[in-house]
Amino acid sequence: MNERVLRIVAPACVLALGVVLWDFIVRINSIPPYILPSPGLVLSTLVADWPILWSSLLATLETTIEGLALAVVGGIGLAMLFNQSRLIEHSLYPYAVILQVTPVVAVAPLLLIYLPQQAAVLACAWIVAFFPVLANTTLGLNSVDHNLADLFRLYGASRRQVLWELKLPAALPQMLAGIRIAGGLSLIGAVVAEIAAGSAGAGSGLAYRIAESGYRLNIPRMFAALLLLSFAGIAIFALLSWLTHFALRRWHESALTRES
Amino acid sequence: MASSGPAPIVSLRGVGKVFGNGLRALDGLDLDVREGEFLSLLGPSGCGKSTALRIIAGLSEPSQGTVTWRDGADARRGIGFVFQEPTLMPWTTVFGNVFLPLKLAGADRAAAAPRIMETLSRVGLTDFAEAYPRELSGGMRMRVSIARALVTAPRILLMDEPFAALDEITRFKLNDDLVSLWRELRMTVVFVTHSGFESVFLSSRIVVMTPRPGRVSNELVIDTPNRDAKFRTSAEYAGYCRVTSEALHAAMGAGAAA
Ligand SMILES: Nc1ncnc2c1ncn2[C@@H]1O[C@H](COP(=O)(O)OP(=O)(O)O)[C@@H](O)[C@H]1O
Ligand SMILES: [Mg+2]
Repeated sequence: MNERVLRIVAPACVLALGVVLWDFIVRINSIPPYILPSPGLVLSTLVADWPILWSSLLATLETTIEGLALAVVGGIGLAMLFNQSRLIEHSLYPYAVILQVTPVVAVAPLLLIYLPQQAAVLACAWIVAFFPVLANTTLGLNSVDHNLADLFRLYGASRRQVLWELKLPAALPQMLAGIRIAGGLSLIGAVVAEIAAGSAGAGSGLAYRIAESGYRLNIPRMFAALLLLSFAGIAIFALLSWLTHFALRRWHESALTRES
Repeated sequence: MASSGPAPIVSLRGVGKVFGNGLRALDGLDLDVREGEFLSLLGPSGCGKSTALRIIAGLSEPSQGTVTWRDGADARRGIGFVFQEPTLMPWTTVFGNVFLPLKLAGADRAAAAPRIMETLSRVGLTDFAEAYPRELSGGMRMRVSIARALVTAPRILLMDEPFAALDEITRFKLNDDLVSLWRELRMTVVFVTHSGFESVFLSSRIVVMTPRPGRVSNELVIDTPNRDAKFRTSAEYAGYCRVTSEALHAAMGAGAAA
């Protein structure tokens, strides 16, 4: 079978099988919906609750995209700064690492005390998303071909020229890989913060809906919201993958499709 | 090595190089590069040829000795350098790569275009201006690298084993083309190689180096007017190759251990 067809058909079969099995188990054991809703019920809940779920999805996506945008700007900016000054790099890098290794779930409640809710949620998304951008971009900026760097030196390139004409283009593949990871992490950060904020009440994002539905034992809606969250994650990943491919398609090995 | 004629473009006197790890790559290297000559530095790998070339280019500082440019230190601006690998920027086209030296000097892309296209036609790449390096063969990438070095019309072209990684047919073709470029443009070339055959075919003068530490062991002048495909199969060429090969062996014996 054609490789491309296989890549779509095979996981689709697994999905279909899983859904059928799920439905079968629910029916056979007559499991009540407040313990495990059937796939059909989840879908009909998704349709019935669409207005409320849709606006929640938009709220979560907005936070995610803003968090990602700030992570991209902050991560790349900081990496460029580190690359220009050893002193700044040594002074700040440990704190970037600390920010990364401290579980965001533990930080979120504190942020919610000190910041307005929307800002706190955004801060969480940013905290988890910016590090991969920073780390990957730093790696890319430092792995420039030595001979090319010598060539720039030979032709008397300025620091600015070395950065813009050599280091940043050379770092683009790693930078984009970092951004692709950051997209997923930004969603996770937003969700974690929304859950943490959940009991405080003022939220409106999808994760908040999940927490709220949990308290009300509205299990079908929890599943529906979860389904939407997964789709959001997949969509973000697919979009960023496409962007990476588009940006590198002419020159980078990763975007190359070889015929064998 | 006192020789008459015009003052050398660049002179190395007593040049030594010790690396941070204590390795002495060069010791007491004396070398003159004369205007218009095709000079080959010949020696086994590891004898300090690249180090010497990088010192001439100003990419590395000598630990001892002096490098003197006839026209003052600014003469370094007129250098073209070709590395063993093509060393192209994969993210831009052939045109973009050849434009680089001019761009770094502040030139405008549109204004530089005629010069770039002329240089590309010299190396036979007119039709590939918009191609990306990864779409080219190894030989074509090396041509781009040469075009990039030529586009500034350098006074002196430094080449560090540029054809070592290419197959024989491609290497012969590029050797032929390099000889005609050298003739047409009347450049000064310093060419590093570990192949005696290649150096005989290309050079007007060969300097044979001893390994560890690198210094000049021997010097040969290849004085022939007919450097073409026929030269490669001539008795004259074979004779020069034998002498060169003997000189290379003598140099290897002179060094500590090869
Ligand atoms: N940056 C460096 N640091 C330490 N040793 C080096 C460095 N560059 C070259 N060498 C050593 O110096 C010697 C001469 O190197 P090189 O000039 O590259 O030789 P060649 O080009 O003739 O093969 C080798 O033994 C090599 O390992
Ligand atoms: Mg070398």
